[in-house]
Amino acid sequence: MHIPDGYLGPQTYGALYGVMVPLWALASRIVRRTLRQRQVPFLALGAAFSFVIMMFNIPIPGGSTGHAVGGVLIAILVGPWAALIAISIALVIQALLFGDGGVTAIAANCFNIAFIMPMAGYWIYRLISGKSAATARRRWIAAAVGAYFGLNLAAITTAILFGLQPLLARGVDGRPLYFPYPLEVAVPVMALQHLLLFGIIEAVVTALLIIYFQRTDPALLEVGGKSP
Amino acid sequence: MNQNKNLWWGLILLILLSPLGLILPEIFRSGPAWGEWSLEEIEKMLGFIPEGLKKWTDLWSSPLPEYNVAAWEKKGLFHSSLGYILSGFLGVGAVVAITFLLGKLMGKKDPPGPNS
Repeated sequence: MHIPDGYLGPQTYGALYGVMVPLWALASRIVRRTLRQRQVPFLALGAAFSFVIMMFNIPIPGGSTGHAVGGVLIAILVGPWAALIAISIALVIQALLFGDGGVTAIAANCFNIAFIMPMAGYWIYRLISGKSAATARRRWIAAAVGAYFGLNLAAITTAILFGLQPLLARGVDGRPLYFPYPLEVAVPVMALQHLLLFGIIEAVVTALLIIYFQRTDPALLEVGGKSP
Repeated sequence: MNQNKNLWWGLILLILLSPLGLILPEIFRSGPAWGEWSLEEIEKMLGFIPEGLKKWTDLWSSPLPEYNVAAWEKKGLFHSSLGYILSGFLGVGAVVAITFLLGKLMGKKDPPGPNS
């Protein structure tokens, strides 16, 4: 899901910087208002966890690979705006130090993985959790469903950015300049992989950790679940 | 605090296990993620390399491409696993340092009393 350099044309990655700069600014304003110093180590843990979990490439036998992100889990624990900052930091380090995701595509990757995923997943979690207690079974089910759809939505927005490329830019010979496959290919392939495999792994990892927090420190689920 | 300590240990354990993300795809003969192909792979699939893609693909040279030490890459799975773990620690170190720094700058002081 980490779009490399050269896969998106300048109008696409440029537009996404245009979207992400105000979102980063908004997130830092919200976080400045709500984050307490004692939550900072927890935010760092979240960013680091997301970084490491993305290193676990999961194979589709004979096919491609993918990975979980932990984005919805982080959003549940620290709120979606702090999650946006934490996952963005992980994505920037991945791009700059390890060449995972392009430098031109940092904003695009942050949009999909650090914004769409935690934001959508978090609200699905909130919607399903309702007024249930922090230790209720309904909470970890809500988290699993949120994680599943969060990752899938991120995969689909990534696929849409890919699939737009042949529509936006072609050379004089009519061949695509950047990502070559159209929407009709990119969206179903990315969606299927994540619906059938990676999304399920994301949901399981998220549910297990939520259950762990329910048993060890359910107060965490009160704080993160109630602040915006 | 104790809670956080367990989580940091869990994180270190995950870094040490991270080579699984390298070894399992090897065992199952899986390629890269869909949409993250190298130029050679694209040429094999399409018969050509899109011009813009070729032009921009090497825009940035990262110090540890693919979470590995370039010199170790050809030395087999043991060395690449070591490189992967090293990259994991370096990456986590960088992520944690930056988050702490930003958090110090952005977060507000803890209120003196138990009020929220």
